[in-house]
Amino acid sequence: MTDVPSDATPKLPRGVRLRRDEVRNEWLLLAPERVLRPDAIAVKVLELCDGARTVDMIVEELASAYAAPREQIDGDVKKMLRDLADKRVLDLA
Amino acid sequence: MNDMTVPNPSEATRVAPPAPLGMLAELTHRCPLSCPYCSNPVELDKRSGELDTETWKRVFSEAAAMGVLHLHLSGGEPTARKDIVELTAHAVKVGLYTNLITSGIGVQREKLEELANAGLDHVQLSIQDAESDNADKIAGLKGAHEKKRIFAGWVLELGMPLTINAVIHRGNVDNIEALVNMALNFGARRVEIAHSQYYGWALENRKTLMPTREQVMKAAETVERLREELQGKLVIDAVVPDYYARRPKPCVGGWGRQSLNVTPQGKVLPCHAAETITHLEFDYVTEKSLSEIWTNGSAFEAYRGTSWMKEPCTSCPRKEIDFGGCRCQALAITGDPRNADPACSLSPFHAKITALAIKDARPTDEGYVYRRFGAKPGQARVEITRSNAPA
Repeated sequence: MTDVPSDATPKLPRGVRLRRDEVRNEWLLLAPERVLRPDAIAVKVLELCDGARTVDMIVEELASAYAAPREQIDGDVKKMLRDLADKRVLDLA
Repeated sequence: MNDMTVPNPSEATRVAPPAPLGMLAELTHRCPLSCPYCSNPVELDKRSGELDTETWKRVFSEAAAMGVLHLHLSGGEPTARKDIVELTAHAVKVGLYTNLITSGIGVQREKLEELANAGLDHVQLSIQDAESDNADKIAGLKGAHEKKRIFAGWVLELGMPLTINAVIHRGNVDNIEALVNMALNFGARRVEIAHSQYYGWALENRKTLMPTREQVMKAAETVERLREELQGKLVIDAVVPDYYARRPKPCVGGWGRQSLNVTPQGKVLPCHAAETITHLEFDYVTEKSLSEIWTNGSAFEAYRGTSWMKEPCTSCPRKEIDFGGCRCQALAITGDPRNADPACSLSPFHAKITALAIKDARPTDEGYVYRRFGAKPGQARVEITRSNAPA
């Protein structure tokens, strides 16, 4: 397991979709043969994974939005992104 | 973030079942391949009886409205339908995640490009073996493997994610590492190593398909090792072989609980082998809405939840984990679909299924009974020239 670089620009690849499910009233991440349920913070992170923002920029935005310690957010976000990349539902390039 | 699980419906008060997550649309039973492990029923639906375009579109709209997330466009070979692009575009429009399950044979690049432009989310391509001669022999079509390799290239060029699906049996179980590496070379993000399930046509071929326990154990070790080695590059999903198992699989995530299946003629099934349980009555999408069938259809109600169970399931702490396993297998091996899946070591029939596996895994000179339209079990036996049976 390698660390997620701070200058990576994560994005959801084709075939992975973040969508609001009105029937179940929740956010879902749809991938091949998989349905993942991101919590509210994960949804916020995924919405920022647009292929333009770097991981650093994403962490910065979240730190100011949630008024939380930057180091803690940095660790949490990178852990989540690594986990999703390992599941091949997120591209880090 | 966790993989999704559906809350269990209460047993005490009958409540509407949760919405299904996935729907398998068997658009047609027509297929250019004749794989001996075909999961489609022994009696295939004919082209003349297939649902028309408008009916399929209505079914997709109804599926989306009731909460279906993944739509698997399958068959047979789904691209044999002339309206495959129109159907896919409609499914995308109503918000379904579209997955094309294809042999890759008979699909022109232009057609695939139209599908990509229609918004197709994902392509799952079947591969029979890593080595082309044996792959073609299993598929029953010379040149099939090379066509599949070319098709995989098109999927990538068009920017779509690719999964390789390999059904595993005695004829390729020793080649799993090569199969996984081939999936990687094809540019797949995901590979399914799916041990053959012995229903429908596959049951006819069990004695030419069944691997030995040693082969199955080795295969499992190989998959585990490759999973670690390829983490972040390739996702490996495995369907474990039943006959040597100790615990049954939660077949289709539990009967009438997560998924449904629509046949080419519009019959709605809880799983694609459900028609082998001959006393069940199935509803048609041409007669009732999908939601009505899912919620109240007698075939869905038959084994939904846990109240239909018998011992050893009734008192089993795992009954809401595996839901007693597979109903079709319980019927096929024990004669009663309410019995525990004999794959479970607690089943009084467990010794029988193990004995069947050991017997069928013995080397044989018999060839595959190929799946062909109109073929009946016992016909069209073709000798295998290369012996895949262990010494």
